[in-house]
Amino acid sequence: MKRLLKGGRVIDPANGIDGRRDVLIDGDRIARVDHDLPADDAAVVEVPAGLVICPGFIDMHVHLREPGHEHKETVATGTAAAVAGGFTAVACMPNTNPVNDNANVTAYILAKATEANLARVYPIGAVSRGSNGELLADIAELRQAGCVAITDDGRPVATALLMRRAMEYAGMFGIPLIEHCEDPSLKGDAVAHEGYHAAALGLRGMPGACEALGVERGILLSEVTGSAFHVAHMSARASLRAVRNGKNSGIRVTCEVTPHHFTLTDESLGSPIPYDTHTKMNPPLRETADRDAMLSGLADGTIDAIATDHAPHHYDEKHVEFDRAPFGIVGLETAVPLSLDRLVHTGVIGLQRLVQLLSVNPARILGVAGGTLSPGAPADITILAPDVAVRVQAAQLRSRSKNTPFDGWELRGAVAATIVGGRTLYVNPAANVPNGL
Amino acid sequence: MSAPVTMRVEEAPPLTALRRKDLLGIADLTPEEISLVLDTAEAMKEVGERPIKKVPALRGKTVVNLFFEPSTRTRTSFEIAEKRLSADTLNIAVASSSVVKGESLADTALNLEAMHPDMIVLRHSSSGACHLLSRICRSAIINAGDGMHEHPTQALLDAFTIRERKKRLAGLKVAIIGDLLHSRVLRSNIHLLTKMGSDVWVCGPPTLIPADIARFGVRATSSVDEAVTGADVVMLLRIQLERMEGAFFPSLREYFNVFGMTDARLRRAARDVIIMHPGPMNRGVEIASEVADGPYSVILDQVANGVAVRMAVLYLLSGGAGDEAAA
Repeated sequence: MKRLLKGGRVIDPANGIDGRRDVLIDGDRIARVDHDLPADDAAVVEVPAGLVICPGFIDMHVHLREPGHEHKETVATGTAAAVAGGFTAVACMPNTNPVNDNANVTAYILAKATEANLARVYPIGAVSRGSNGELLADIAELRQAGCVAITDDGRPVATALLMRRAMEYAGMFGIPLIEHCEDPSLKGDAVAHEGYHAAALGLRGMPGACEALGVERGILLSEVTGSAFHVAHMSARASLRAVRNGKNSGIRVTCEVTPHHFTLTDESLGSPIPYDTHTKMNPPLRETADRDAMLSGLADGTIDAIATDHAPHHYDEKHVEFDRAPFGIVGLETAVPLSLDRLVHTGVIGLQRLVQLLSVNPARILGVAGGTLSPGAPADITILAPDVAVRVQAAQLRSRSKNTPFDGWELRGAVAATIVGGRTLYVNPAANVPNGL
Repeated sequence: MSAPVTMRVEEAPPLTALRRKDLLGIADLTPEEISLVLDTAEAMKEVGERPIKKVPALRGKTVVNLFFEPSTRTRTSFEIAEKRLSADTLNIAVASSSVVKGESLADTALNLEAMHPDMIVLRHSSSGACHLLSRICRSAIINAGDGMHEHPTQALLDAFTIRERKKRLAGLKVAIIGDLLHSRVLRSNIHLLTKMGSDVWVCGPPTLIPADIARFGVRATSSVDEAVTGADVVMLLRIQLERMEGAFFPSLREYFNVFGMTDARLRRAARDVIIMHPGPMNRGVEIASEVADGPYSVILDQVANGVAVRMAVLYLLSGGAGDEAAA
């Protein structure tokens, strides 16, 4: 079955396209993108002005929690949240129970993803067995089973030696090592960013240097090994400086930032709700200078990707004293509105750059399909309604967990529709989406 | 910076009650509210000097003292204050370790709430525990110390004690010396004293000074001599043994040599300096016995005044809590 999307603004940076084009979808593939394509035997869908057609967004940092933590999220609920948030694919972190450190767990996750049949799922395998920092996981086996990267996310790789070996070994498959950058001794039992707000609230703080030390270590080892190193959820300006220097030196380092780290600061710890556990994440919300550095890194190209670090936690787990609550918030369903509201409408970046951050670069870093609307590419498409208003309602989230600090926020910029493999899996009733899309 | 009360231009009717449900911290209070508590405490102190030390102000009210951390002074002080006001009191001491395995703080609070207490006095090792309770409880919550955050009644009794001796708070040089980083007493005192116009100096090893301390409106130094010079009030904070293991300082001996308060160091202070300590003291660590037991020490006055100040807080909040219009 063919469909012809006529008349929308198409942004496909990989092919240098930003303008009015027609998009011909043939089954699960993109057939053509060009001016004034003939309808022939295709069903024609007139795309109203105001909608923007992009290659499918890929969230390269998601915790789907299955197996083992199904009370927080499952592959099915997480991928439902993904498509509702405009993501056609997600890469899921291995800190499940059991840890995704062997092919059986990878296969289980992929089977669940097939069963859910929503967003594509790219598992990320563990660096070390059980992610406990001692023995290497079976990385070749993980790769063969479908893992697209390795990480011990949730914690840093235990030692520099182990990280070096993992990078060298993973280099054989060309897959990156993704690092939760943190010096554990400097972090201690900190629960917030070290600064005025943590001091005033009596919360133990960790400085940005705690993260930057991990970034520097990874960059140095990437230089030693020649393997790709990717900085997860970067938050500190010192980390950005390290990445910038690394890139300038030709080292294979990339990085991502989360919407909460480019939106919020540590001021949120105390207001509007003091000690709101939805402001507790790791890395923590940092001070204004760090947040502003993330914005400049997004604007100048130092930052490669926006990823959510979607970290669902059950209400009961978050409804406790601040220092006892787990780190993390959900992000899949708020990332695109936050990006449009805080980055595009404020003029920090344009839509083209947004597509690079959310689609082109994640696909490139992970070496997965997508990131483009080239003929023959999977018909994974995210359609934006940049001017449609969104009111975040935690209770309405598709995710099994509702732990968001953005409940009640009014944002400008919505996902209009999400198409995965030619199937339209999400349509926003508030956007002007034509029938038949 | 500090906002002295005398700078106020607009006139407001005098306060007669704390128009708030809870006392979570000094940070939330206005200078007027602080003065109201201190003035009320003077009347309450008189009650404690009578042969029959009891007034019916809280008769029929139930106050729960919910303590998740060991405390002798604060718990006893609250209990005496409650009894002198004729409240029905209930003490619950919970070992934090058992809570980790068992019931959540929220559930403990909701179970207590179901029995309709009027006030809950909470001591907890987690900063912000009182805010959590405040959000889910109808009862008035009084913070008796939450983690490293605040200990508002301690700051109020400290201010009462200073005012008793110095007749004022504004313009006094107050030096607070010790473990600043982990101290809830410090945070409450900084808020209170800067709001009331005192000149607050804090002093300790750089490892025990919180980040961005200047934004609190105080001056920080690691020189005890600088902090003490001309001080009207010198307040010592407890040094905990386990901080040594955290490498905050090398040894208790070295701490005493550099920061311990001795008669010799005190010579730089104002001639009528007063010495304060919230307790429990480590003699020979943050304070020498010659100072703790010396003529300038008001440490036991602080303990005595704690009862009067807590009576004032309980009384003023009970007016607010029972008043639906205030909610």
